[in-house]
Parts: sequence; C-alpha cells; structure tokens
Amino acid sequence: MDFLIFKAPILMVQASLDGILLGILFALIAYGMALQWGVMNIINIAQGDLVILGGYIAYTMYLAGIHPAWGVIVSPIIMFFVGWALYKLVINKVVDRDLFISILATFGIAIIFQQLMNFIFGADVVVAQSEYGTTMLFDNSVTLPNSKIFSAVVSILYAIALVIYMKKSRLGRAIRATAQNARAAKILGVDTEKVYAATFGINAALCGIAGALIAITLTLHPYVGLPYTVRSFMIVIVAGLGNLPAVAISGMGLGLFEEFADYILGTEFRIGAVFMLLVFILVYRRFKLSKKREYLK
Amino acid sequence: MDNVKQKDLILYSGLIILGLAAPFLFPGFKVQLTILCVLIVLAMTWNLQGGEMGYNTFGNILFYGLGMYLTASVQVGMFFPLAEWTESGGEKTFVHTTSQYFQGMGVGLLVAALVPTIIAGAIGYAILGLRGHYFAICTLGLGIAAGEIAGGIEIIGAGQGFTTPPFPKDIVDPGARGDFFYFLSFVLLIGTFVFIKWIYGSRFKLILNAIRDNEDKAEAMGIQTMKYKIVGWMVSAFFAGLAGGIMGGLIGYIDSTDVAFDGREMGVFMVLMAILGGKGTLWGPVIGATLFHFLKEGFWTLILGWQYVALGVLIVVIVIYFPEGLMGWLREKYPERFGEVIDEKDRKAQVELK
Repeated sequence: MDFLIFKAPILMVQASLDGILLGILFALIAYGMALQWGVMNIINIAQGDLVILGGYIAYTMYLAGIHPAWGVIVSPIIMFFVGWALYKLVINKVVDRDLFISILATFGIAIIFQQLMNFIFGADVVVAQSEYGTTMLFDNSVTLPNSKIFSAVVSILYAIALVIYMKKSRLGRAIRATAQNARAAKILGVDTEKVYAATFGINAALCGIAGALIAITLTLHPYVGLPYTVRSFMIVIVAGLGNLPAVAISGMGLGLFEEFADYILGTEFRIGAVFMLLVFILVYRRFKLSKKREYLK
Repeated sequence: MDNVKQKDLILYSGLIILGLAAPFLFPGFKVQLTILCVLIVLAMTWNLQGGEMGYNTFGNILFYGLGMYLTASVQVGMFFPLAEWTESGGEKTFVHTTSQYFQGMGVGLLVAALVPTIIAGAIGYAILGLRGHYFAICTLGLGIAAGEIAGGIEIIGAGQGFTTPPFPKDIVDPGARGDFFYFLSFVLLIGTFVFIKWIYGSRFKLILNAIRDNEDKAEAMGIQTMKYKIVGWMVSAFFAGLAGGIMGGLIGYIDSTDVAFDGREMGVFMVLMAILGGKGTLWGPVIGATLFHFLKEGFWTLILGWQYVALGVLIVVIVIYFPEGLMGWLREKYPERFGEVIDEKDRKAQVELK
C-alpha cells in the first residue's frame, strides 16, 4: 500500500472535506431525482444535462460581468420554466408509461441538450471564477476553497427551504398527495397535470441551483452531464425515495468515495469508478434481495 | 406449406444475390454497406434481449467495444510488442506482412467472439438478476464504465487511441480492402441471421418470450429462467464481439469512448434501430437498421453540425409515437399476414363497446 494518501494522513483530511462538501451538492441533485421519480414515476437521464445547463446560465452571467454567485438565484428561476416547458413538450407523454420509454426519451433529450449547449457555449471546459479565495487549515496543509463551503451552505439552505415548502404550502401538499395516490388526489380536486408540471419544474430548478454551484466550484463542459445523472440515480437507489436525511448521507458517502477513488486510482479513473460503483451497488442489492427470492422493484 | 417455403427460398436467394452483388453495383458505397451489415447484426442481437426477453440493455456496446479492442490487440500482439505499437501512435515502426495481417485478423476475431461470450456468461448471473429499469441503468453504467476504464489503460492507447494495423501494402488492388471488410461483415450478417432465425423456430425463443411476458410465472412453470437469460446474452455477446472486431479493422482507429464503447452513438443506435423496425420480430431489426442507416447517411451530411440534435429528436419521436415500430404497425394493420387469427365476433363486440 504505497499510495500517497496512506503515507500522508493529512491528504485524508483533505479528501474527506472535499468529498463531504461535494456530496452535499450531489444530494441536492439526487433530491430532485427522487422527487420526480416518486411523484411521476419517471427516470430522467437528462437530469445531469439540466444541471450543466443551469451551470451555463451562471457562467453567462459571469461573462456579462455579474458575480456568478447570483446564479444560485437566477438560474433556478430560468430552469423552472425550462423544466415546465420540457414537461409540456415531452415528459407528459411518458408519464404513466413503461419506465424504459422515459429512460430512452430523456436520453434523447439529453443528446439534444448536449449538442445545443455545445453550439451555444462551445466545447471548452469553462469555470466561473467566484474569487472567494481559499481557507487554509492545519498549518496550510489542507486547502479548502471558500466557494466549496459556499456551495455546501447554499445547498443546505435550499434543501431546508424545499422541505418546509413541501410540508406547508398548498402545492407541496398537492405534490405529496399525488405521489401517494394520483387517482385519489385527482378525485379530491388536485389538478395532477399541473402538479406534474410543477414537480418537473422544481426538479429542474434544483438542477439549476446545483449547476450554478458547480459553475463556481468545479468545471463545466457540455458533455459531462451523464455522470451527474448516474450519481443522483445511485444516491436515490441507496437512500430510497423521499427520505431527505438518507439522501444527504448517501450523497456525502458518494462524495467521499469519489475523492478517495481520485487519490487511489488516479483522476483518469474517477468517472469510471463512479459508474462501476453504480454497477456494484445494483448487483449487491440484487444478491441481497435474491436471498429472499425478491428483486429490485 | 410448400408454397410458403418456395416464396421464402426466392426471397432469401434474392437477398443473398443482392448482398453479393452490392459492392460491385455500388462500389462507392462499400464502407456504408459494411457498416449497414454490422448495424443489422447489432440490432438483431439487441433484439434478442430488448425485444424477445424484455431486458432493455444498453450494455451490448460493452461486447462490441471489447471485440474491437481484442481483435486489434491480438492482431498486433501476435507479432509485435503491443505497448511499443500503441506508444508510437500512428507512426508505423512495425509493418504487418500480408499473411501476418490475415492470420492476426483471424485469430483476433476468434478471440473477439469468445472472450465477450465468456464475459457475458460470467457477469450474466449478477447483472441479469436485475429487472426492468434497474437492468437498463446498470448496463448503461457498465458500458460507460468500460469506456472510461479503457481510456485509462496505457497498453491499449489510453485516451489517445489505438491505431489498428493498416491493410497490407502488398495487395495493390485499391478496392481489395473494401471488398474484404464487406464480405467479412456480410458473412457475419448471414451467420447471425441464420442463427437467430433458427432460434426463432426453437423452444428457446418461446422461453425468452415467456420471460418477457411474466418472469415469475415462467419460473413457476419450472423454467430455469436465469440459465436461458444468460445463454441469450452470450449469443448476443458472441455476434456483437465479432461485429466490433470487423468495425475496428474497417475504421482503422479505436478511441475508447468515441469508437469502441460508444454508448452515445452505437449503443443508442442499436436500441433505436430495433425499436424503429419493431422489436420482438425477426425482420423488424433488419428493416429498422436499413431504414435508420439510410436516414442517417442521407441527413447527416445535409444537416452538418445538427446531426445530434436530429438524432435526439428522432429518439424522442420514435420512442413516444412509434414504440411498436414498423412491424408492429404493419401487424396492427394486417394481422392475418402475421398468422394471427382474429375472431370476427370478438372484434365486432369490441367495436360496439367503443
């Protein structure tokens, strides 16, 4: 075990902090995924591309001379309408149908988004500089960009706001009622069509926030959406639908896994490790369930 | 009955003659015809999972990419040090002689057929225990992970790609390379078609259909579903590996994520072609692949730059509006042609109910 990370324990602290802060961000995307999966029973492969699009909105603001941190307010507003439009155009035709249809249809949407973003923003890797500086810990041996701390704090604030909104507001209760039983909700006067559109819009808005945060903490590129989809899918299948604390914890777990995989395997295998982890989690759960003669549903 | 067989005979011999004559009739489109053969093979093998078994896989690209890398690696590795070959990139310090090239290709294709089959058998038990969308996402992850991992392995060129051995220079005929790959893929196509047609007449196909329609009931009837699912996947892996090997030689350059484990293009194409033609039918994937290839080649050059947008729109439209495909639509329209007997009374009763 002559990996650098085991020789220098301080790197472990670095990786852990990075992983946890990143994981909070992943959890935010995963919460959106869980929301639409639970309410509308669709799996959205374009989730990651919505995130990247949200990021590009913040990046455009940065290019226009506005501080990109304002993106966390502007981006979700724009993305909400993008999500709403997407629902009206495509998604409403895949609700209530075979899940594979929603997977393929959103895969098509993902390809369209990728290519359009490639046209508009170019194929370069870009980052919006927040110029928040860095915090040094433990005698300058651990560097922590303030933008990462900022992103974790914003994610947590938004998540809390969303939970309160879902509990208290009329629309939030309508969404939860539809998730429990769409038919009964309809009979009791809930406009489920509107609820679905709003759910997808809220999901897209969450993606917009996450994207704006990614624009200042990580990097943006038109084709890196799919890993975010897979990460959120993974978090959801580990945590279950609609369980926010579990989503947060498994998000942080995933962040930790990624940072350690980065140090141990090398950066070139980072995305590969994420996808392999997905396969391992699914296979692990399959074997666990097959002992009871059940399967993942 | 004899009448039907005679019709089939005429159809098949006509198609084979057309296939044999095609490179001479359209010498400018040899590469396209080769790709068409490979696409049909991929669509037909995907159909075994997605159409017949009800297991919508994105993972067959794994076997395709593996076959590609294996063929090229064996072809180089049999005669020269592989690491030095890939390190030198496009610069050729080593040159295959004619016999070395074909020997390497032969052995490489053999390996490309066998290794993916073995891998499909090995991982099949774990992966095929997943159902529905979990299976779809898991295989999607598998295919992309393979691309990412292959992009990090130095000996097969890592991120900068792997140049496959060039066609031997001793053969001066400029059309020889195209002919060679065309007939190779044509033989593969015929082999695949004959094998899958044989499956269609066998009990195996009925079992796959039983798994698709209700796996739990099939199991309750005493069918060892897992065994059949794995065998079905191994069949697909065998032909997909061969298809990949041929494509690698044809393209001449292997990139981990853009050519071999190309989930964004080939991996989706095979699903789309089978759905477009009609999944769960023998001819559906063949027609779907042909139609798709014509559409793609026709529009790709016209809408340069926008092709992925068009592809995305095509996916959305096909999936939402034609999930049953061409054959499904024909079946709806002319059920008697497909040997379906419709009870006239029953049909009328249904119409009246509406």
